[in-house]
Amino acid sequence: MPDKNGKFGDFGGRFVPETVMPALIELEEHYDALKSDASFQEELHFYLQEYAGRPTTLYFAKNLTAHYGRGKIYLKREDLLHTGAHKINNAIGQALLARRMGKKKIVAETGAGQHGVACATVAALFGLECCVYMGKEDIERQALNVFRMRLLGTEVIPVTSGTGTLKDATSEAIRYWVTNVEDTHYIIGSVVGPHPYPMIVRDFQKIIGEEVKEQILNYNIEKLKYIVACIGGGSNAMGMFYSFRNDKEIIKIGVEAAGKGITTNEHAASLTKGRPGVLHGAFSYLLQDDDGQIIEPYSISAGLDYPGVGPEHSFFKDSGIVEYKAVSDEEALQAFKRLARVEGIIPALESSHALAYLEEIMPKTQMDETVIICLSGRGDKDVDMAIKVMGEL
Amino acid sequence: MSNLSETLQKLKASGRKGLIVYLTAGYPDYATTLETVLAMEAEGADVIEIGIPFSDPIADGPVIQHAATLALKAGATTAKSIELVTQIRKTSSVPLVVMTYVNSILGYGKEKFISDFVKAGIDGLIVPDLPLEEADLLEDICKKQNIPLIGLIAPTSTADRIKCIAQKAEGFLYCVSNTGVTGGRQNNYDQIGAVIENARQVSQIPMAIGFGIGNSQGASAAARYADAVIVGSAILEKLTNEGVAGARSLVRSIRETLDEESE
Repeated sequence: MPDKNGKFGDFGGRFVPETVMPALIELEEHYDALKSDASFQEELHFYLQEYAGRPTTLYFAKNLTAHYGRGKIYLKREDLLHTGAHKINNAIGQALLARRMGKKKIVAETGAGQHGVACATVAALFGLECCVYMGKEDIERQALNVFRMRLLGTEVIPVTSGTGTLKDATSEAIRYWVTNVEDTHYIIGSVVGPHPYPMIVRDFQKIIGEEVKEQILNYNIEKLKYIVACIGGGSNAMGMFYSFRNDKEIIKIGVEAAGKGITTNEHAASLTKGRPGVLHGAFSYLLQDDDGQIIEPYSISAGLDYPGVGPEHSFFKDSGIVEYKAVSDEEALQAFKRLARVEGIIPALESSHALAYLEEIMPKTQMDETVIICLSGRGDKDVDMAIKVMGEL
Repeated sequence: MSNLSETLQKLKASGRKGLIVYLTAGYPDYATTLETVLAMEAEGADVIEIGIPFSDPIADGPVIQHAATLALKAGATTAKSIELVTQIRKTSSVPLVVMTYVNSILGYGKEKFISDFVKAGIDGLIVPDLPLEEADLLEDICKKQNIPLIGLIAPTSTADRIKCIAQKAEGFLYCVSNTGVTGGRQNNYDQIGAVIENARQVSQIPMAIGFGIGNSQGASAAARYADAVIVGSAILEKLTNEGVAGARSLVRSIRETLDEESE
């Protein structure tokens, strides 16, 4: 748990204008009360199960296992959820929270559009007004998701300030929230932002790892050696790792986007190559120059294209609880294609980064050992991008 | 007493309202910023706020965001902004307050940032994303350097918070006029006025209203509640569209209005 100021060790906190502070304190109070409220938990459970499709399966990837010819590989199938990724877990939780707090509107930011679509979906479901900030460049790259949000009745607002990408969309969403804090709840999309957001998003995502913990008992998995998840802001990874944070014998690996390579300037590997600083209200690892100006990240995967990372991941890095690695666009694309061909599953480009790390760990894995990968989302949304870079197959 | 407190207390004692002008360092270039600072002082600005351009200014509206983006594109750096202060100090003793975001300070190194700016000659520091709960990050360093860390209160601040912030306040108290970002035009200051009333119960410090004051009418409406007004986005807009002369005439008209009303 974070301390009373929202710090995980040195990381986290609430570096926000005074205008927002009372709203963050109010949110924390409401959330603390609801966390132990049985009717809230029941409601949450109902929508996760009946609407989103939880629990997701822990699928034994027999063909992929055979492909490597080493230990067993299981996939945690978050890609099977409604709207196609783990983002819906958080969106449902926070929309219910907003409703209980009496807020009529929700605002969110989105990069690839997955979180935006999840928010637009729950807004439609619960009759909330919704507006989503999205970088101008991302709107062009992700036309399909923009249409989905609009179809669901959400207003998509293009962001041209700064560099017109996810970090600027996040800043704009926070600015909108600051201005309309009386009737609006801000649903941040990852385990980032000022306290209590990293804690709230983690709590709504930790069901991923909790289910896995039960499933490994049912499957009699004994030697679980690795758990691997991709990291942008880090919500699926936090959801996956959190329940295993004290299991020292299991190696947890978070895979960042190395883009065109971590020795180039075009990557999104905040934990691997960044240094701690403050962005969007939290102290955490960050891609920045010597003056503290934020450096625009790069990744083929829009969902990993963020210059910061959740503060609890920074804490996990410095305390050695999780190892953080990075794989390139090229490696991720190969994994994308491999899973499609071998298992008949098209993974999201984000999740493909986690899959790509199998190349590194499988040769070191024994036959009786098990690896679990968080398949955080499906790749339908990435097909346009894949056509561009892979050409006609 | 610092240059800043002295200036504001003197104004208060004489019944005049203070005028604080915000400029983004290095926008459109450092030579223009230097020229504008001196012009603002000549037109009757009592304090100049120097904004250090930051890539992700969460409390700022489109005008100041844009100025920061362009300044950075034109090569603005913290070191050059420190040099700007040194240049201003060659000819002017106008109180200078640096306004910057936490990460600019951390990126450059917090001790070094504050000591370099203090050496160059600043009189105060405003960090809009450093609320009460995080203030210990810089408080000790500012104390050691004898530089006021300016507190902020907002229309959303609760009574408890107003009390805590006002009791700790040094230099002046920055009173944010609305719940939005800088630059949104605002002419009703009743809400922040009530917050200021509250703050005056516990502190005698000068109160300055900022955010959304764009012309004489706005300044005069805000001055009814406060000891000083802060004008930023409107000045930058004038600077963009009409050059230093445009910024000059806006400051002159606000100065005249404030003085007429205090007579």
